[in-house]
Amino acid sequence: MSVTVTLATTRRILGQLRHDHRTVGLIVGVPSLLMILLRYVFDEPALFDRVGPLLLGVFPFVIMFVVTSVGTLRERAGGTLERLMTTPLGKPDLLLGYALAFGLVALVQVGVVLAISLTWLDLDLAGPVALLVVAALLNALLGVALGLFASAFARTEFQAVQLLPAFVLPQALLCGLFVPRPEMAGWLEAISNVLPLSYAVEAMREVAREPEPTGTLVRDLVVIAACALLALALGAATLRRRTP
Amino acid sequence: MMSSIRERPPDPAAAVSVRGLRVRRGGREVLRDVAFDVPRGSVVGLLGPSGCGKTTLMRAVVGVQIVQGGTVTVLGRPAGSRELRRTVGYATQSPAVYADLTVQENLRYFASVLGAPRGDVARVVDEVGLGPHRDQVVATLSGGQRSRASLAVALLGRPELLVLDEPTVGLDPVLRQELWELFHELAAQGVTLLVSSHVMDEAGRCERLLLMREGQILADGTPDALRARTGADDLEEVFLRLIAGHEEVGSR
Repeated sequence: MSVTVTLATTRRILGQLRHDHRTVGLIVGVPSLLMILLRYVFDEPALFDRVGPLLLGVFPFVIMFVVTSVGTLRERAGGTLERLMTTPLGKPDLLLGYALAFGLVALVQVGVVLAISLTWLDLDLAGPVALLVVAALLNALLGVALGLFASAFARTEFQAVQLLPAFVLPQALLCGLFVPRPEMAGWLEAISNVLPLSYAVEAMREVAREPEPTGTLVRDLVVIAACALLALALGAATLRRRTP
Repeated sequence: MMSSIRERPPDPAAAVSVRGLRVRRGGREVLRDVAFDVPRGSVVGLLGPSGCGKTTLMRAVVGVQIVQGGTVTVLGRPAGSRELRRTVGYATQSPAVYADLTVQENLRYFASVLGAPRGDVARVVDEVGLGPHRDQVVATLSGGQRSRASLAVALLGRPELLVLDEPTVGLDPVLRQELWELFHELAAQGVTLLVSSHVMDEAGRCERLLLMREGQILADGTPDALRARTGADDLEEVFLRLIAGHEEVGSR
């Protein structure tokens, strides 16, 4: 592992995004627009205070998942991954480079959406903003890590796009966003207990409701970080120097 | 002559020494008991029709191919060894560069991955003649320019062995001439080049030739030796006679 190579990789990925204004616009613009729509479609500040923060946790996860899975698939298909695997670059350098680059992008995304929500949309947050940002960032990293892992199961960009519903929608349904998890059937709750997005949403709910960090919040953050690390390790296992 | 190399042990002094190499891809035997040596500091052409296993053989030399049997020794070490990752440069047939970065940004990235000196970027841009396009995004380059950008990456860090898969496809004759001059200049500096092509008129530019067909090496020698062996002048004709001779031997 080398810090220089990791940072060079981060710089390279950010450079690719710099040439692609439209993607950056979509990453930041779409969640902002959805937040504004959510606020005015229901037009009920109490409901927005409850659901808004949950979405602030889900957006970075979903969007970073898509961007990373398609991005790494392009590396695999375009031959650049194979080329990198013939160089001294270590697998952690590549994975951390991606995580760092998209983590920074997620920071911008969460910053903008949060700023709009707190000022224009009057989101009422009980807990500290910094904790919400930390939780959202961890969710983004979880999305990056799962996206890297998932991209190994796709051969084409068509398949990569299908990974979103496969990996993300079941988690979104079961994470407590639509139905509180304790109210689900026992077996569904059991499944939701092992899905990382459940903890991501719960963490956001804790920050939104409780003025002080709770034990549940700390546990949730640890679970999300552990899942992200696990997915990164699995992702590393899918990067092969030799292929058939 | 052909059987002797199979029995000789791998030559650690050679740039590349392959013995008994077998590779299966997609349920098909792509390389069948391939054996050859590439001496250091030479330009060796790997020639054969499309689909004969040239790319698979090059992937095996670079160490990215899973092989079923045999040994591939590169610069005295097993292909794909950690120590070879700075000393072997590889350019695939389809350009492996980031289409959404400029030529220079691509080269800067790969230079830092390889730990190549800063000045290398400017050097390789000039060597492949992409100076006027250095700040152009790769996606907007022509096919030939793109493959030269990919070649430039392979030249970073002055590797001792260059494995180039069809580097001159789609280039105009002047550029092709310039690239071959570059290859020979590099060889004069002690670099070994393994260059594949399916165009026979490039064969004459190599110091040694490996002629491949259907996953096997048909012939291995200097262009002159192969001409003398077959009694043909034109290398296309040499290849045809070698195939005919090989089939005769096979059917006997």
